[in-house]
Amino acid sequence: MSNQEGERRPLDFFGFSTDHKVIGIQYLVTSFIFYLIGGFMAGIVRTELATPDPDLVDPEMYNSLFTVHGTIMIFLWIVPAGAGFANYLIPLMIGARDMAFPKLNAVAFWLIPPGGLLLLASFLIEAPQAGWTSYPPLSLVTGKVGEEIWILSILLLGTSSILGAVNFSVTIFKMRIPTMGLNDMPLMCWAMIAASALILLSTPVLAAALILLSFDLLAGTNFFNPSGGGDPVVYQHLFWFYSHPAVYIMILPFFGLISDILPVHARKPIFGYQAIAYSSLAISFLGLIVWAHHMFTSGTPGWLRMFFMITTMIIAVPTGIKVFGWLATIWGGKLRLNSAMLFAMGFIATFVIGGVTGIMVASVPFDIHVHDTYFIVAHFHYVLFGGAVFGIFAGIYHWFPKMTGRMMNENWGIVHFVLTLIGANMTFMPMHILGLQGMPRRVAMYDPRFTELNVVCTIGTYILAVSTFPFIINAVWSWLKGPKAPGNPWEALTLEWMTSSPPPIENFHTTPVLRTGPYDYGMKKTLSIRARLKEMASSVPPRNKETGIRVSEAQSSSLLGDIQDSDSDNHP
Amino acid sequence: MQFTSVDQSQTTTNLATEAIASSRHHEEHPDHRILGVVVFLVAESMIFLGMFSAYLIYRAMSEQWPPEGIERELLLPGINTIILISSSFVMNRGNKAIKNGDQAGLRVWFAATAIMGAIFLAGQVYEYSSLEFGLTTNLYASCFYVLTAFHGLHVTFGVILICGVLLRSAKDGHYTKESHFGPEAAELYWHFVDVIWIILFILLYLL
Repeated sequence: MSNQEGERRPLDFFGFSTDHKVIGIQYLVTSFIFYLIGGFMAGIVRTELATPDPDLVDPEMYNSLFTVHGTIMIFLWIVPAGAGFANYLIPLMIGARDMAFPKLNAVAFWLIPPGGLLLLASFLIEAPQAGWTSYPPLSLVTGKVGEEIWILSILLLGTSSILGAVNFSVTIFKMRIPTMGLNDMPLMCWAMIAASALILLSTPVLAAALILLSFDLLAGTNFFNPSGGGDPVVYQHLFWFYSHPAVYIMILPFFGLISDILPVHARKPIFGYQAIAYSSLAISFLGLIVWAHHMFTSGTPGWLRMFFMITTMIIAVPTGIKVFGWLATIWGGKLRLNSAMLFAMGFIATFVIGGVTGIMVASVPFDIHVHDTYFIVAHFHYVLFGGAVFGIFAGIYHWFPKMTGRMMNENWGIVHFVLTLIGANMTFMPMHILGLQGMPRRVAMYDPRFTELNVVCTIGTYILAVSTFPFIINAVWSWLKGPKAPGNPWEALTLEWMTSSPPPIENFHTTPVLRTGPYDYGMKKTLSIRARLKEMASSVPPRNKETGIRVSEAQSSSLLGDIQDSDSDNHP
Repeated sequence: MQFTSVDQSQTTTNLATEAIASSRHHEEHPDHRILGVVVFLVAESMIFLGMFSAYLIYRAMSEQWPPEGIERELLLPGINTIILISSSFVMNRGNKAIKNGDQAGLRVWFAATAIMGAIFLAGQVYEYSSLEFGLTTNLYASCFYVLTAFHGLHVTFGVILICGVLLRSAKDGHYTKESHFGPEAAELYWHFVDVIWIILFILLYLL
């Protein structure tokens, strides 16, 4: 089985490919570049905040920096990175040759670069300044050109997300191999069903909000202007109806990745497959009815705040089910503490901290004191950085061999992990205290009593900046010159590992047939694989008494490693 | 050594080009495009739902709705509504025709639908020109114009889709009893546009 056949020339990744594997990598690389840009902006913000005086940048520039930082991290880093993993993995995991709509898939990706470049180009004209939330009236009176550029950029990026979700949902429901029922598919697929539902139902409402905002901005309407009969809170409702589900859109794919990474490196079946699968759906559904917890201080009536407080607290339950499932998966496992596993475990620890503060801010009496303070900044960075970003890195370390046909360097990976873990906690932990002590967010000038903690946060940021270097060097060097990866370096059981690294263009030489469940590590069915395969090598494959299915060549040879070059024997 | 138990004739050889791979890909699985269109239309409906919600909130928080000075006329929009709803039935006849292999029927009924759509749009434009309120007159007016114009944009796109189908149907045998995704997708889209209009009409003109 040759590894060279799936390899692509570098130029392939710059064109309009309809191959989901190429598109997935395009998403991942593009979004990572935007991560660095958004991170650079955060670096400037944090450098400004190292001293209480606003002495580094102009106030307008400061506002633009945190506005574009937030916008990039959400719409150009985490959301597309999730789409990238989904794109790469889903067809492979379900045994399909590609997505349901490959051309639409390419269109969805190619909306990202123009959306991103448009946003960045705003710095040349006038950058948006009203925060990524862009509330009127501020967004209607400050940086108006930048605001419209921002709106157009988001409309492009949101469309990309929606088109991706159309593909994911139809592919997962309709293109699994016949022997793979819904309860046989990897949990990443369940996660993407849940995420796609949210994308399809909520992103368009953001479009509505921004269309109405554009009319107020450019055409003199008063949808959000009280003096013309409108109401700024209506914008907030429309905005958050998307932006809350957005945070689940940003985390669910990575919940899925973690559920698929932990069993492999713990050599144990996932604990609570159905619980984790259905909890994704529960999070998706509940995620649609919690949005106004972002509006507890907007003059919303008591009954509304009560309702949303309750639904927000309830959403912790399915999330907690997942966390306990993951912990139970790790417990008693024969752990391989490689980079992927370290980031996956780091994900759980850091995300849970963010989840705990999430329950705190779900409570109205608590939130009204910490809203718009650094406590909120701490909360969402723990769930987004500790959650999604750790998840992305776990995913990269785990699937890099599959995607590129090369192994990453483990030592650099551990350095990356340690620096990231320390950097993230140093940056975001003090922000809880700052928020409780009353430091507001989105301002460059603060009371001098907050200085020491701010300096700690800034140092943490610089550590995070440094942490990107071992990763980038590792990724680039490994892709070019790393040791060649076999089809199944982690000895995993899901279908993407049953083909070469990288996979051939059509993913599988023969339609795969399920031999095991996706997480049957250490189960009786797989214990005597070698014995069974030897048996099969000597005659026609015997029927497996339990499942009645036969092993395909792809699975058998990758489970045993490349024991022989069987390709030339079997192809006409 | 023979491991595989899959029919050898199904095995792909080293496919050198992506084009071959992707076209074979499509030969090998059923056509999911209609489902894709349906999923997309669900998403598209949500934009309108967002705007409808805003409209309903504005209505609920106003003492008088429509505000002072707005007179709602029902005759012209009512006629337009009947035209649009009827056009859905007309279009459906076109699809029934092609499902029986009747290309001429497809062309005739779809052309009729396009004309009815165009009449609807013309009616809208005429209505705009005869109204006494403008985009910024008051909140109702703004909602009215933005909602109907956004819908009108969708009708326009629908008419373009129908024209696209008509153009393709000019080639004999392009649409057949078995293969008629274009007309079917266009019909789904048109029904969507119709249902949105019904809701819009009730909200803007009747409630």
